[in-house]
Amino acid sequence: MRRPLVRFEGVSKRFGGVTAVDRLTLDIAPNEFFALLGPSGCGKTTLLRMLAGFETPDEGRILLDGEDIAATPPHQRPVNMMFQSYALFPHLSVESNIAFGLRQEKQSKDEIATRVAAMLVLLHLEGLGRRKPDQLSGGQRQRVALARSLVKRPRVLLLDEPLAALDKKLRGQTQFELAELQRKLGTSFVIVTHDQDEAMIMASRIGVMNHGKLIQIGAPADVYERPESRWVAGFIGDVNLIEGGLEKSRKIIDTAHGQFRIDNAAGAMAGERVWLALRPERLSLATKRPSARNNSIVGTVHDVAFLGDTSIYHVRLASGSRLIVSASNGGQAARFSAGDKVWASWTPDAAVVLRR
Amino acid sequence: MSDRSWTTRLLILAPYLWLVALFLVPFLIVFKISLSQTALAQPPYLPVFDVSAGLSGAVDFLGGLSADNYRLLGSDTIYIFSYLKSLQIAAVSTAIMLVIGYPVAYGMSRARRAWQPLLVMLIILPFWTSFLIRIYAWINILQRDGLLNQVLMALGIIDEPVAWLASDTAIYIGIVYSYLPFMVLPLYAALEKIDYTLLEAAADLGCPRWKSFWLVTFPLSFPGIAAGFLLCFIPIVGEFVAPDLLGGSETLMIGQTLWTEFFSNKDWPAASAIAVVLLTLLLAPILFYERLQQRALTENR
Amino acid sequence: MKRGLSTFNVVAVALGLAFLYLPITILMLYSFNASHLVTVWGGWSLQWYGELLHDQALLEAAWVSLRIGLISATAATILGTLGALALRNKRFRGRLLFSGMVYAPLVMPEVITGLSLLLLFVAVGIDRGFWTIALAHTTLTMCFVTVIVQSRLLTVDRSLEEAAVDLGCPPWKTLLTVTLPLIAPAIVAGWMLAFSLSLDDLVIASFTTGPGATTLPLRIYSEARLGVKPEINAICTIVVAVVALATVAASLAAKRTSLEDEHERDALAAQV
Repeated sequence: MRRPLVRFEGVSKRFGGVTAVDRLTLDIAPNEFFALLGPSGCGKTTLLRMLAGFETPDEGRILLDGEDIAATPPHQRPVNMMFQSYALFPHLSVESNIAFGLRQEKQSKDEIATRVAAMLVLLHLEGLGRRKPDQLSGGQRQRVALARSLVKRPRVLLLDEPLAALDKKLRGQTQFELAELQRKLGTSFVIVTHDQDEAMIMASRIGVMNHGKLIQIGAPADVYERPESRWVAGFIGDVNLIEGGLEKSRKIIDTAHGQFRIDNAAGAMAGERVWLALRPERLSLATKRPSARNNSIVGTVHDVAFLGDTSIYHVRLASGSRLIVSASNGGQAARFSAGDKVWASWTPDAAVVLRR
Repeated sequence: MSDRSWTTRLLILAPYLWLVALFLVPFLIVFKISLSQTALAQPPYLPVFDVSAGLSGAVDFLGGLSADNYRLLGSDTIYIFSYLKSLQIAAVSTAIMLVIGYPVAYGMSRARRAWQPLLVMLIILPFWTSFLIRIYAWINILQRDGLLNQVLMALGIIDEPVAWLASDTAIYIGIVYSYLPFMVLPLYAALEKIDYTLLEAAADLGCPRWKSFWLVTFPLSFPGIAAGFLLCFIPIVGEFVAPDLLGGSETLMIGQTLWTEFFSNKDWPAASAIAVVLLTLLLAPILFYERLQQRALTENR
Repeated sequence: MKRGLSTFNVVAVALGLAFLYLPITILMLYSFNASHLVTVWGGWSLQWYGELLHDQALLEAAWVSLRIGLISATAATILGTLGALALRNKRFRGRLLFSGMVYAPLVMPEVITGLSLLLLFVAVGIDRGFWTIALAHTTLTMCFVTVIVQSRLLTVDRSLEEAAVDLGCPPWKTLLTVTLPLIAPAIVAGWMLAFSLSLDDLVIASFTTGPGATTLPLRIYSEARLGVKPEINAICTIVVAVVALATVAASLAAKRTSLEDEHERDALAAQV
C-alpha cells in the first residue's frame, strides 16, 4: 500500500462505561472506497465521527496525510461528512446549502456560482437550485446532501448510512451511482453501513466491525469467500456451519455427519476443533449419490422457498440439523419438493475451514 | 460539541449567575429576615448583618435571630385560617376549572385538524391580555348595578340586585376566569396526543363509546390533568389580585395577608415568615411540576 | 367513528370561548359608552378616549410601562435564550439547580417573588424605582423565554449544526447562522410573551417600585380599587387591542417561517 491517506493508530473511545471503539488500527488509502460494516452499536459511526472531529479519541492517534489531526477542530479539517439525516439547512435553498461550505472558505462569488452549478449538473439537480429542502423528494435531498459535502473537494468524504432513508428500489440504483461517482472523482470515500449488500456493491474494501474492533478487512469477494471467523461468515450472507475435528493428515475433517475432505486447513493443527463454512450456493443437490471425489451428505427436503431466479431448500439431516441450499432455477435445473430424499454435495475447495 | 471555549462558558454563566443573584439569593434573604425582629428603622428589621464588625459581628448577628415570627404564625388563628382559606379556594377553583375545562379541551382535540391551531390561539389570546384587566372586567359585570344583576332582573330570576362583589363567589368567578387557559391548554395537549386508532381498537373490541372514554381517553389524559392542576393550584394559593379586587374583607387569602403585613403593618419579618411557610407548603407541588415539565420536554423530542 | 364535531363538542368549545371572551368584550363595549354612568348605555362615543389624552398621570404610567417592557423583554430574551442553549447541554455542573431556578418562577406565587426581590434590593442598598422593576421583570420573564426557546431547541436536529461545522463554519458562527435562524420564531414568541407579562404585572411591580416609577397596572389598580371608571375601560381596551393585534400578527408571521408548527403548537400548549 502507498502511504495511507488516513491512519487510525490504536484509537479508543469510551462513553461512560461503554467502550465504543477499542484500540483500533486501520489504514485507508487514497482513491479508495472503504466501507465500515457492522451491526448497530459496533462503533462504526463513532469511528467516523472521530475522523470528522465530533468526538475526541480517549487513546491513540488519527493521522491524515501523515499528520496528527487531534488539535484540528472539526471546522478546519479537510474532510466532509454526509449525515444520515442529510442535515440540510431547512431555512436555506438548495443552492445556498451547497454553497454554505464554500462561503466559509471566503471563495469569490463567481467561483462559488461556478462550482455550485457544476455540482447541480453532476448530481442531476438542475433546475432545483432555488427550492427549499422540504420541497424535494427523498432522493433529491440525498443528492443535495452529497453535493454539499463534495463541493468543498474534501480529502476524504465520510458517509454515515447515506442510503438508509431511501426506499429499496431507489437504494439499489443509488448504490451504483455512488460507486461510479467515486471512480469519477477519485476522492476517498469512507462509508458506514449495516447493510452487507450495500458494502459489497459499492466498496473496494470492507472493514467488518463488531464490539469496537475491526474483525476482518479485505475486498468484498475475499471477505465473502474467505471469512476468518464464524461471526463474519454469518454476518455477511447465509452460511452452513459444520463442526468437526481435523485429522492427522490435515486433509480430512471428522464430523458427526461423516468425514469430509478439505483443501486448506487454514493453519489449524491436527486434532484441533474447527468449523466448515459452506455457502448455500456452493452446495448442489441430487437425487442420486454423487461421485466419491466430492463431499456429500444425505437428507430430506423439508421446505422450499421459491424466489424466482433461485430456490432456497431447507434440507433436514439424519442428526436433525438443517442445511440451507440455494439452487438456480435456470435452464434444465432439477427441482425438488418437500419430502424428497436428496444428496447435498460440494467440492473440497468450496468449504472454508474456520478456527473461531 | 466537545470543545467549549471560554466565551461559550461565559455565555452560559450569564443566565446562571443572574438567576442565582436575583432568584436564589433573595430567598435566602427572605429566610434570614423571617428570623429577625421588626424595628422602627431603615430597613425596618433587626439584626442587620454588619460585615465590618467581623467575627464578633457575625456572632451578635446569629444571636439576634429567633423563631418568634413562626411562633406568631402558629399562635394566631388569623394566619392559620388565611392559609386554610387559600388552600380551599385553590383546590375548589382548580376542581371547577377541571370540570369546565375538560369538555372544552376534549371538544378542541376532536375538532378538525385545520381548525385546531385557531382554537388554541383563541384559548391562548386571553392569557396574553392583562390579568388585572381581566379581573377588572368582572367588577364591571358583578357590581350592584352591573350587567349580571340587570340581566337576571330582566329575566325575572331575581327581584332585587344581589351583592356579588366582596364575596367568595366573586373570587371563584375571577380566578376560574383568569386561570382557565392554564387548565385547558395542558389538557388539550394531552388529549390531542392520544392516538385515535386506540379508540377504534376499543370499539372494535366491543367497547361502547362512553365506556371507551373512561377506559382509554380519560386515563391517557392524566399527564394533562396533573399539569393543569399544578399550573393552576400553585399560583392560586398565593393569589393576590383576584381576592383583593373581588373578595370581601372577613377572611383574607394568604397573599393578601402577606401584602397587608408588608405594606400596611410594615412588618417585614412577619411577611417573610408567611412567605417561607407558603413556599414550604408549595415546595412538593413545585418539585412535582418540574419533574412533569422535564418529562414532557424529553417526550416531545 | 369519525373525527369531527358532535353537538356536545361544539357546545363545549363555544361555551368555553364565550366565557373567556364575553367579559372582556363587555368591558371594551362600555369604553365606547357616552353615558357618565358606567352601567347605563347612553349611545356610542369616543369621549373617554379623548379624556385619556388629558390624563397626564395615566399617560406617564403608560410610558413607564412601555419602557420597562421594552428593556426587560429584550434583556430577558437574551438571557433566556442563553439559558435555553445552556440547558441543551445535558451534563454540566449545577444543571439541576439551574433548571430548578428556571421552572420555579413559572408557578411561584408572585407575592413571594416580589417580596424576595424587594428584600434583595434593600439588602444591597439599591434605590427602588424604574430600574428595580426592570430587573425584577427581566428575572421573571427570562424563565418563560428559556422554556419556550428550550422546547423549540429540542426539535432542532443536532446534525444540522454538526453539518455546518463540518463544512468549515466555526462554532460561534454556526450558532448565529444556523441555530438562531432555526429557533427565531421561538425567540420572537419569547420576547412577545416577556413584553406582555411585564406590561401586565402588578404584584411584583408593587413590591419593587419606588418613588416616581408608577407603571400602568399600578395606576389601573389604584383606580380600580375605587370602582369602575369609563376612562379605565378605555385604557384597558387600548391595552387589550394592542396586545391582541401583536399576538395575532406575530403568530401569523411565525406560521409562515415555522417549519414544524404543529410541534410548536403542542410545545406552546404544553408550556403556557
